[in-house]
Amino acid sequence: MIRFEGVTKMYGGNVGLLDATIKIEKGDFVFLVGPSGAGKSTLIKLILKEIEPDEGAIYVNGREITHLSNREIPPLRRSIGMVFQDFRLLPNKTVYENVAFAMEVVHSTKRAIRRQIPQVLSIMGISDKADKFPAELSAGEQQRVAIARALINNPMMLIADEPTGNLDPDTAWEIMKLINQINRRGTTVLMVTHAKDIVDRMGKRVVAIDKGRIVRDAWGGEYGYDD
Amino acid sequence: MIRGLKYALTQAFVQVFRNKGMSLASIFSITAMLLILGLFFFVTVNINIATESAKQQFNTIEVYLLEETSRDDADIITQSLLSMDEIAGVTYVSKEEAMEHFKDRWGDKAYLLEGLAENPLPNSLRVELTSLEDGQLIYEACRNLIGVEDVRYYQEEVKKILTITDFIQQGALIIILFLIIVSVVVVSNTVKLTVMARQREIMIMKYVGATNWFIRGPLLAEGMMIGCISAGISLGLIWMIYSRMVELFSNQALLLFSTSFVEVGFMMRNLIWIFIALGMSIGAFGSILSMRRFLNA
Repeated sequence: MIRFEGVTKMYGGNVGLLDATIKIEKGDFVFLVGPSGAGKSTLIKLILKEIEPDEGAIYVNGREITHLSNREIPPLRRSIGMVFQDFRLLPNKTVYENVAFAMEVVHSTKRAIRRQIPQVLSIMGISDKADKFPAELSAGEQQRVAIARALINNPMMLIADEPTGNLDPDTAWEIMKLINQINRRGTTVLMVTHAKDIVDRMGKRVVAIDKGRIVRDAWGGEYGYDD
Repeated sequence: MIRGLKYALTQAFVQVFRNKGMSLASIFSITAMLLILGLFFFVTVNINIATESAKQQFNTIEVYLLEETSRDDADIITQSLLSMDEIAGVTYVSKEEAMEHFKDRWGDKAYLLEGLAENPLPNSLRVELTSLEDGQLIYEACRNLIGVEDVRYYQEEVKKILTITDFIQQGALIIILFLIIVSVVVVSNTVKLTVMARQREIMIMKYVGATNWFIRGPLLAEGMMIGCISAGISLGLIWMIYSRMVELFSNQALLLFSTSFVEVGFMMRNLIWIFIALGMSIGAFGSILSMRRFLNA
């Protein structure tokens, strides 16, 4: 699904990622943990091809992506659903339109859009918010919209960058249950987090990064260090 | 392709209304710019036409004939004048025609002329010059013709008019240039503000996997729509202002320059397409500028 082979990324003299090798299989649920500035964001940016590695090879869906042309980047990003700590919803579009935008991007028909969005909104438990704007929603509701948008095109993989960072513990746990549900239906999940209790409670595979190096990769792992 | 166009247009339409603040700011600055340009366009066109007509008026030399000069003699004089290169044309004006003309000019005071027992005006020849510069030469030549009583040529007036109109035309040009510079600064500042507001939106769209053209299309259409709306508003305002001006000042203009204002409808027909094109290109240019920085990665 995703494979890094000896990937190094430097920012001037600073280490982003150092000789990282990692393999994530289809259906995996992986927590990516580590202190701030350890290289977690670098790893995600490399997968989305926001930045280029200095060395090594990166495979996404069996395809080497370090040499993709600019034209091939949008299709790559469409095959991965992204969820962020700050939700990143389009402020001038309603909930419905925000999710629809992801479908319009892949040129879905109006009919398909009208059919699928109510389904995904009801799965996320926000059917009654379809006509609201993001600013009118609570943080937890906004994150549900973001997840709905990430999933609407059935991506192979969901990448979540601290999705619970802005949520209270109860809401965070609700969101985690949703993400776990999504993973059980076959979507690979890669989640960056600082939430120790969530990592410990879920008991999934944990990859720890420190100073650009992958220092631990264990199934059923725990958060394993104190911030 | 057609679906893409339809998508861009509907999106643009919705977004113009949703981004009320930004749309209004842009519309306001583009409208202000077009309004200023349009009004000065009107002023310059009118000045130019007044200038040309003033030149036309002083482009002629009136040759008054003696009472005893017959129509045949006049024709002979006409022929000899026409043989000169400096003369574009000669028209015979009988004293009756001259009186008609006189009455037209006096308008509603023409009744004052009714009291005249006999027509005091002489027959005359209206000599049109090829160019204003030869005026003095032809004036001398006409004076020496047999059968001529008097020659009238407004030499000093011509010089004065030429100086004044040159001054006005150059002044208008400088003011227009200055206004264009000011408008460009205002519009580009508005664009800069919209860029900041749009930065995050464009980034999010790219995360969702939108291609550059998918992002560009609606934004471009939005810019053009704003330009169009601005063109419409400024055209409306200009029409109102100009009609009012014509209403208020056409009499004075007639007295001062002996020409009337250029007709409102004619001016508007010419301006509509220029303005729509100008407004849309300003809007599109602004959008492209605001997107360029964020679409390259």
